[in-house]
Amino acid sequence: MAREISIRGEDEFDVLTVAEAALRDVPNALPDIVCVGDTIDTDMQEGFLRGHGTQVIHNKLIATVCGLVERVNKLVSVRPLQQRYSAALGDIVIGRVAEVAGKRWKIDLNARQDVALQLSSVDLPGGAQRRRTAEDEINMRSIFQEGDLISAEVQSLHADGSIALHTRSAKYGKLSGGQAVTVSPNLIKRQKQHFNVLANLGVEIILGCNGMIWVAPQAESSKNGHAASSMPNRTITPQQRSAVCRVANAVRILALLNMLIFPSSILNVCKVSSEAGTDAAKMLQSEFISSFLQDEVQRRLQESL
Amino acid sequence: MEFVSPEGLRLDGRRPKELRALRCQLGPLPQADGSALFEMGNTKVIATVYGPKVADNRSQALHDRAIVKCDYAEAAFSTGNRRQRRGRGDRKTTELASTIRSALEHTILLDLFPRAQIGVSVQVLQVDGSVLGACINAAMLALANAGIPLRDMIAATTAGYLESTPLLDLNFLETTGAGPEVTLALHPNLDKVVVLTEDSTIAAEPFEAVTELAQQGCKAVAQFMRAQLLQHVQTIATVRGLAAL
Repeated sequence: MAREISIRGEDEFDVLTVAEAALRDVPNALPDIVCVGDTIDTDMQEGFLRGHGTQVIHNKLIATVCGLVERVNKLVSVRPLQQRYSAALGDIVIGRVAEVAGKRWKIDLNARQDVALQLSSVDLPGGAQRRRTAEDEINMRSIFQEGDLISAEVQSLHADGSIALHTRSAKYGKLSGGQAVTVSPNLIKRQKQHFNVLANLGVEIILGCNGMIWVAPQAESSKNGHAASSMPNRTITPQQRSAVCRVANAVRILALLNMLIFPSSILNVCKVSSEAGTDAAKMLQSEFISSFLQDEVQRRLQESL
Repeated sequence: MEFVSPEGLRLDGRRPKELRALRCQLGPLPQADGSALFEMGNTKVIATVYGPKVADNRSQALHDRAIVKCDYAEAAFSTGNRRQRRGRGDRKTTELASTIRSALEHTILLDLFPRAQIGVSVQVLQVDGSVLGACINAAMLALANAGIPLRDMIAATTAGYLESTPLLDLNFLETTGAGPEVTLALHPNLDKVVVLTEDSTIAAEPFEAVTELAQQGCKAVAQFMRAQLLQHVQTIATVRGLAAL
């Protein structure tokens, strides 16, 4: 089969550049941007407190990362736009079991610190009370195995920097029958609700603060507060499958464009794609991304009015 | 060979105090925590940063600060004649990696990440002189891209002394000349020299002029990198629409 000759790079599509060009003209009052080593302007205020991403040299506040300057009363900090996940108390996270070690699981969260889930901080299946026996520790693999994907909450941060998780609620636990999408943790806003049900799509999503996002079909049991995923081996219809793929691809598009990921932004991508009649499989192609960008520009212009 | 023509031009048409064209791309590898591609003329280097993360080897971790691991590799296709891949344990490779590592250790605020490890790997894709300088610059951009707190920017250039003229940013042909080559890395805002290496002895008299020239070069490179980093932040912030929050 003869293919038409084309010059590579001619229609190369650098998503970020295209997105920036499209969104450049939307009014957007950006805070100050600084680079490593820049002096942060503190003339306006009397006294300042040194926040994250800054250091004081000769009574001058110097940025140590590239990013946006944030001022809260006297506290001045610089927030970088890309950084590895650093855990905070109460964060809902999704991770993979890396190792089963005596009395605890080591979880891979892509975090800065070491992460452990103690056997004493998990809910046993069926809500049974745990008996502290040696047998218990031997049977740990019947709860979580290496490679399992779990959702959990950050229970405490130890002085030595390690993170302790817990799954002491019916909504946490092993995840199965869905898709996990990994994005940059900076794209996920901390919200009141990290477990979300997109009812009209029949999909539920868990936005892990560490940048892992779980997308699965909505389960019957989710109406009474249990994790969908606690039900293994359920049948998933093709419709559910395509809805899950659509949502997962919506997350991937937002990650590709470096846009914040939260329920309404995900729903928005899904809406644009279904209105345009785009197949879930074709959502990551440049045509759809361009049309989504046009829509996004319109939306932001309206918001800014 | 004549390195500086009577008109005062070098082999590639530059003036003695002229840098080659600089180009960089931030975040070319999304799976890394930070990455950067950096070009100085035909020298091309890609750097990736993984971390801060839990140290691979627990016994190497330090309780009060992070450790820096540095990998240096030269692609087999990076030079004019394709050559056997140098082994990892090669003396030159080890020396370059440890120079880069010590430069970065003096730049990163390591005490913010106790027990952690920051891995930097530098891959040279094309060699045309000033390799060490390009590596340090690429590593700096990758670290900034990874959002790792740094004491200051770090910028590096080379300078040499051929035919009694101090030359800035030597290319491959000029490094093969008989003159000395000095690589200098600088914290431009703190005005501190971090790395100074010489490949051969250099007389005291031209040394002053050569290092001065290299420092000027570093500042120019730093200015370029700063502009690129700010541009990158601006791009992402615009797309993310941070004012809407």
